[in-house]
Amino acid sequence: MPDLGLEVLLKGQNMVRLLEGLWIALRISLTAVVISIPAGILLGAMMTRKNRVVRAVLRLYLEIIRIMPQMVLLFIVFFGTTRAFGWDLSGETASILVFSLWGTAEMSDLVRGALISIPVHQYESGEALGLRRVQVYRYIIIPQTFRRLVPLSINLITRMIKTTSLILMIGVVEVLKVAQQIIEANRMASPNAAFGVYLAVFLLYFIACWPISMFAKYLEKRWR
Amino acid sequence: MDWEFIVQHIPLYQEAAWLTVRIGLLGVVFSILIGLVCAAIQYFRVPVLRRITGIYIELSRNTPLLIQLFFIYYGLPKIGIQTDPELCGIAGLAFLGGSYMAEAFRSGLEAVSPIQMESALSLGMNRRQTMGYVVLPQAASISVPAFIANVIFLLKETSVFSAISLMDLMFTAKDLIGLYYKTTESLVLLVVFYLLILLPVSVCGTLLERRLRYAGFGS
Repeated sequence: MPDLGLEVLLKGQNMVRLLEGLWIALRISLTAVVISIPAGILLGAMMTRKNRVVRAVLRLYLEIIRIMPQMVLLFIVFFGTTRAFGWDLSGETASILVFSLWGTAEMSDLVRGALISIPVHQYESGEALGLRRVQVYRYIIIPQTFRRLVPLSINLITRMIKTTSLILMIGVVEVLKVAQQIIEANRMASPNAAFGVYLAVFLLYFIACWPISMFAKYLEKRWR
Repeated sequence: MDWEFIVQHIPLYQEAAWLTVRIGLLGVVFSILIGLVCAAIQYFRVPVLRRITGIYIELSRNTPLLIQLFFIYYGLPKIGIQTDPELCGIAGLAFLGGSYMAEAFRSGLEAVSPIQMESALSLGMNRRQTMGYVVLPQAASISVPAFIANVIFLLKETSVFSAISLMDLMFTAKDLIGLYYKTTESLVLLVVFYLLILLPVSVCGTLLERRLRYAGFGS
C-alpha cells in the first residue's frame, strides 16, 4: 500500500479547517442563491411581457452574462471595475456580486422557459371560466410553473455551489486554498499529502452537491 | 485605453486562444466518445457496467472541474500517474464533459417512445435497422439542444485551466495585469478573444437547433 497522504487529514485541526473553507464557499454561493432566485423570478416574468424594449434589454443582459465564462466575469468585477471606478472590493463581495448577476440571468431564463411552456389555452380556459387575471395566475399558472421550476432551480443551486470553487482564483481563502496551505505545511512530514487532501476536497464537494441533485431528480420524477 | 499596448499583445493572446481552442476541442471530442459509450451502457442496461457508469456520472456531475483538475494534476502524480498539464486539461475536461454528454444522449434516447421501436419491429425491421433508421435519428435530433449547450459549457469551463499553469487566455490576462497594471486593456483583450471563440459556436448551435427542430415526431 503506497503512502496516500491520508493521515494528514486526521492531524490536528486539518479536517475542521477544510470544512471551514467549504463553509466559506457554500456561504458565498448560498448568499448569491438567495439574491438571484427572487431577482430571477422577477426578470423572468418581465421577459414574457409584450414590451419589446424591456424584452430586448433583458435578453441582452442574459446573453452577455451567458456567453462569458464565469471566471472572466469574476476578473472583470474584481480587477476591472475596481480599477475603472476606483472602489475597493473584497474578493468575497466581488464573488457574491458576480454569482448573483450570473444566477439571476440563469434563473430568469428558467422562469421564462417555464412560463412560456404553459400553453395559451390554460390562460384562455381560466378566463372562459370567469376567473379574473389574478385568479388565473394564482390558481392555474403559478402552480404549474412552480412544479416545472423547482427541480430546475435546485439544479441551478448545485451549479452555483460548483462554480464557487473559482473564487480561489481571485484570492478568497476557501476550501481549495486551505487544502493548499495544509499540503504546504506538511510538505516534509507527508510528501504525498496532495493526493489525500485533494481527494478529500473532491469528496467534500460531492457530499455538498449530490444530495441536492438527488432531491431535484426525485422532485422531477414525482411531479412529472 | 492604451491601443498600442493592445496591438502589441494580440499575438500573445492569439497563442493562448489556440491553446484554449485545442484543449477545448479535444476535450469535447473525448467527452462525446465517453458520453456515447456511457449512454449506450445505460440505455441497453448492461449489467455491472451500468452501475459503474452511474457512479462515474454522479461523481463527475457533482464536483467542480477545478477540483477535478487539482486532483488529476497535483494528486495523481503522488501515486505515480504523472502527465503534462495539457494532457491533464484534456483529461479533466473529458472526465467532466463525458457525464454531461452521456446525460444528453441518454435523455434523447429515452425520449423516443417505445411505440416507435415496437412499430418498426412489427413492420419487419430487424434490431439494427430499428436503431439505425428509427430510434437513433429521432434521439439525435432530440439531444441536439442539450448537446450544444454542453459544448458551450465545456468551452467556457476551459477558463479554469490557468490553475494548473496552462498558459491559456485567463493566464495571459492575469499575467499581463500583474506585470504592467494595464487592467482594462488586458481584460478587453480577454473578453474579445473569448467572444471570438464562443460567439461562432453559439450562433452555429442556434442555427443547427433550428434546422433540426422538425426532425422528431410529435414535438
